[in-house]
Amino acid sequence: MISLAHSLYVLSPGVKDGRWTVLQLVEALGFCLENTDPRTRGRGIQLLSQVLLQCYSLLQEKEVLHLVVFYESRLQDHHLVIPSVLQGLRALSMCKVLSPGLAVSVLKAIFQEVHVQSLMQLDRHTVYSIITNFMSTREEELKGLGANFTFGFIQVMDGEKDPRNLLVAFQIVRDLIAKDYDLGPFVEELFEVTSCYFPVDFTPPPNDPHGIQREDLILSLRAVLTSTPQFAEFLLPLLIEKLDSELQSAKLDSLQTLTACCAIYRQKELQEFLPSLWSSLRREVFQTASEKIETECLAALHALSACLSRSVLSSDSEDLLDSFLSSILQDCRHHLCEPDMKLVWPSAKLLQAAAGASLRTYHCITRSILPLLLEQYTKHTQSSQRRTILEMLLGFLELQQKLGHVEEDESTLLSLQAPVCSVVFSALLDPSVQLQLVGIKALTVLGSLPCMAFCTLFPPDSEAAMEAAGSLAPIYPKVFSGRMVPRLEEELLSGRAGKGVESYHNHHSLQQRCLQALAAVSTHTSIVRETVPVLLQHLQKVQKGNGAAARNMVAVCQSLHRVALQCQQDAEGCWYFHQTVVPCLLAMAVEAAMPGVPEPSTHTLPGKALLEEEVLAAMIPVISAATTHLSPELAAQSVSHVVPLFLDGEVSFLPQNSFPSSFHPFGAQRRLVALLMAFVCSLPRDVAIPQQEWLLRELLALSCSCNCPFTATTAAKCFAGLVNKHPAGQQLDEILQLAVNRMEASLAEGPHRMQALTLLLWVTKALVLRYHPLSSCLTDKLLGLLGDTELGPAAAEGFSLLMAESPDVLNKGCHADVRIMFRQRFFTDNVPKLVQGFHGAGPDVKANYLKGLSHVLNHLPKPVLVTELPTLLSLLLEALSCSDRVVQLSTLSCLHPLLLEAPQIMSLHVDTLVTKFLNLTSSPTMAVRIAALRCAHALTSLPTTVLLPYKGRVIRALAKPLDDKKRLVRKEAVAARGEWFLLGSPGR
Amino acid sequence: MVGGRSALENANPLIYRRSGERPVTAREEDDELPDAIDDREIFDLIRSINDPEHPLTLEELNVVEQVRVKVNDAESTVSVEFTPTIPHCSMATLIGLSIKVKLLRSLPDRFKLDVHITPGTHASEHAVNKQLADKERVAAALENSHLLEVVNQCLTARS
Repeated sequence: MISLAHSLYVLSPGVKDGRWTVLQLVEALGFCLENTDPRTRGRGIQLLSQVLLQCYSLLQEKEVLHLVVFYESRLQDHHLVIPSVLQGLRALSMCKVLSPGLAVSVLKAIFQEVHVQSLMQLDRHTVYSIITNFMSTREEELKGLGANFTFGFIQVMDGEKDPRNLLVAFQIVRDLIAKDYDLGPFVEELFEVTSCYFPVDFTPPPNDPHGIQREDLILSLRAVLTSTPQFAEFLLPLLIEKLDSELQSAKLDSLQTLTACCAIYRQKELQEFLPSLWSSLRREVFQTASEKIETECLAALHALSACLSRSVLSSDSEDLLDSFLSSILQDCRHHLCEPDMKLVWPSAKLLQAAAGASLRTYHCITRSILPLLLEQYTKHTQSSQRRTILEMLLGFLELQQKLGHVEEDESTLLSLQAPVCSVVFSALLDPSVQLQLVGIKALTVLGSLPCMAFCTLFPPDSEAAMEAAGSLAPIYPKVFSGRMVPRLEEELLSGRAGKGVESYHNHHSLQQRCLQALAAVSTHTSIVRETVPVLLQHLQKVQKGNGAAARNMVAVCQSLHRVALQCQQDAEGCWYFHQTVVPCLLAMAVEAAMPGVPEPSTHTLPGKALLEEEVLAAMIPVISAATTHLSPELAAQSVSHVVPLFLDGEVSFLPQNSFPSSFHPFGAQRRLVALLMAFVCSLPRDVAIPQQEWLLRELLALSCSCNCPFTATTAAKCFAGLVNKHPAGQQLDEILQLAVNRMEASLAEGPHRMQALTLLLWVTKALVLRYHPLSSCLTDKLLGLLGDTELGPAAAEGFSLLMAESPDVLNKGCHADVRIMFRQRFFTDNVPKLVQGFHGAGPDVKANYLKGLSHVLNHLPKPVLVTELPTLLSLLLEALSCSDRVVQLSTLSCLHPLLLEAPQIMSLHVDTLVTKFLNLTSSPTMAVRIAALRCAHALTSLPTTVLLPYKGRVIRALAKPLDDKKRLVRKEAVAARGEWFLLGSPGR
Repeated sequence: MVGGRSALENANPLIYRRSGERPVTAREEDDELPDAIDDREIFDLIRSINDPEHPLTLEELNVVEQVRVKVNDAESTVSVEFTPTIPHCSMATLIGLSIKVKLLRSLPDRFKLDVHITPGTHASEHAVNKQLADKERVAAALENSHLLEVVNQCLTARS
């Protein structure tokens, strides 16, 4: 006999291209189809069905009619034949030309003749497919069947076990309900036949090829169960029952299903079950240890309350929401007052879940709870309890924020505004930081509630309030610039200093606070435009005034700096700040620097306070912060004004440019080079500086010749900052050569050796940072100077300058060219030379090498050091005997990580270490004593056997620092001694 | 556990908040000015001692409180009162011993120590106080390696 596949291969193209009609095929198969042997019959039908599955779209209406009649009759045939018959029917169910009435008749025949659940999985799936096909194309006809269709389907799926089929069956039920088929009296049956799978308990087999997950079934079943309120009376008792079960997954599924069905239920469906639902939810939240279950319970309660608040009431029914909420309040409220506060959080969460559902629930709950919480806050005195209460209060405040606009007269909060604010303030002033933090959060939320007149909220003396103001300002810029800024301005400019020292101090601290507050609220461009002029005006006033001018000017600069940092991220604000502040500061400085203001005065140098180092130093970060974040175009615009000011005395761009005499920045007024440095060293690297070579030469000359250390150092820093960013090439090489010659000449002899060393240090740093080839030559020069009796100590100190991050120039923030790992590279290149130099040096300069080494080691990350240090260990041990404090400290801080991480190597030197550490515990310097005690403590991580011989000696020696005059030293001594006592003792 | 006891005497004690690290003041960082030993410093020595039966510190169980610590630096005296969590706590002597040993190891020799139970908070207050005050009995107790082991466990810093 020809195989089925082969026949199919031959036949179906024939039917497809119209060579044969289906009727011809049926006739040809006649022998088979009517054969008395069910197997042969089965094969015949199977062949026919397969052909139909490929060609169903070509069939004529008439052909379909005959085929349907044929197949329907075959449904009564032998059970072996049935699978093929169903395949055929599935093919026919996809035909577009099916005459009206045939779908119904096929389904009736299937419902009547086939016992679906005794078929194989695949054949059951075929039945579902037939039903699905008909439902999607013949909806009207099927609806004509009325409830019989529903009933028929219930019988079909009753007892289904395979997850693949269940997914299809659930989809059919969902369609039945969604498309409004007549369920007739079979609602409960339909519910039963699906709900029997709830909660879904299915674990896919490990190598399941079908990829059906437990979650798919859960979601699909949940969609069925929650698809109609008609199921409510059956579903809710089921959910309550499963919620009371022991099984965690059943609880979760029930809760999620409950939440889902609240979306379509109304008050009517829930009414009967509310008390038991509430008691189950409450029990779970009060008792559960699982956060997941708690979250789901709260979500369900939220959904229930939302559902009840949404329901439209008929005139005669009572409002269930009120009674539901009052039972919640009744069960939770009293827990908030229990002195032990055990069920406080679960109760508060339940209340908040219900309150968050709608405005109505919020009012109903807060009306009762907020006054209670306020009362409890005052009743409790411990800050931890107060914190808990305030956190709950905060939760309710946040809910109001979420619910949004509230009618003013309705808001409970409005009537409680005063007590709520006073509670929040008391929290802000509490010594407990945790309570303060909650207070700040509460303040922030309060401020964002439109119903609060929050300008009344800020007491003037609380840092926390300032923080809060800063975070609120960008949200309400108008209110701040309209109300708070004028108020602060008034306070600042009033200048009402009373008589007497005390009132002077009060006035001063008030001014300080105003300055800080102005800076704190400047977090929005529109506010910055208000506050910056006020600050600048104040600065000018202070400059003209007398007495403590420098200190006040520094305070204003600090505020300006804070504002500058706050507007860096905002291009518009940044440019505004730069444009306003930089010319103003420069103009004030130039004015102050003008020689001989002809004004007879009893005070020394009126208006000159601005030129004090302290004030200039405070202006540097302001100008720098105002410059670093400028876009290159704007920076170029600005640089074209500032550089000519300093090179040519071109003052025309300054706001008040009528000065009595001309400006000579590199002549008489050279202190102002500090301001030039702040500006020009903070520019982005790609901004070209006009007349840069000239500027560099001027700076070089100034740095090597000026007698004032401040000016010389600043000029050197400025030079170094520019050199660091200067593009490589001939120009750079020339200017560097010039600098080297100049330095060598000055270093050799003369009055400016120190200035030359400073310049050398800064230029070396600039070049080390960018890995410039000349840097090693300069570093060698510096190493050579360590042996110089006069400059040696300063050169050794200079190593800290090389390694440390400089705050105003040559750091990443001001766009300097800083290569990563430059410290590690410097370490590898120069430490061997330092060690060599140390061994070769005379006794009077040995310490310089140790100190230089200490500075290098101090600035390297400790994990890097640990691998390198063992080679330096002998030197470090020697350094412990050095009398220099810096060397001692740095050596101790290098040895500390080694003790912890390389105990084996360190054990070899235990004798030296114990002796030296114990000696250093009586150093005159507190920091050294502390470091020595920490090392003595860290010694205990060496192997116990090594340490035991020293135990008695160490314990005796550590008794002395126990009575040290400094508490911080005693603390370390206690820790170290305690650990030594435990060495080798039982129970360690 | 000591004596192989099976159940905790007070299985569910109330837990109090820890007071946190003492903030360092500018004065304390000044090399020149001396800092006197004060109540808080003594309290900081003993507050982190572990309870023998709970994974909690004496401070968290409110067994020691800062108000019950008195020190006189000039006269070199320290007095510490501790409060057992329940009136018939059998751990009272052990707790007292731990406090005493911690202070002996952490304070200069010149101090005279007095460690006793808060009056009226323990059934055998008098007997425990007497044991703690007796130098020889304290010394003898520390000779007992089993007892020393428990005391050391109480004094080991928890990481």
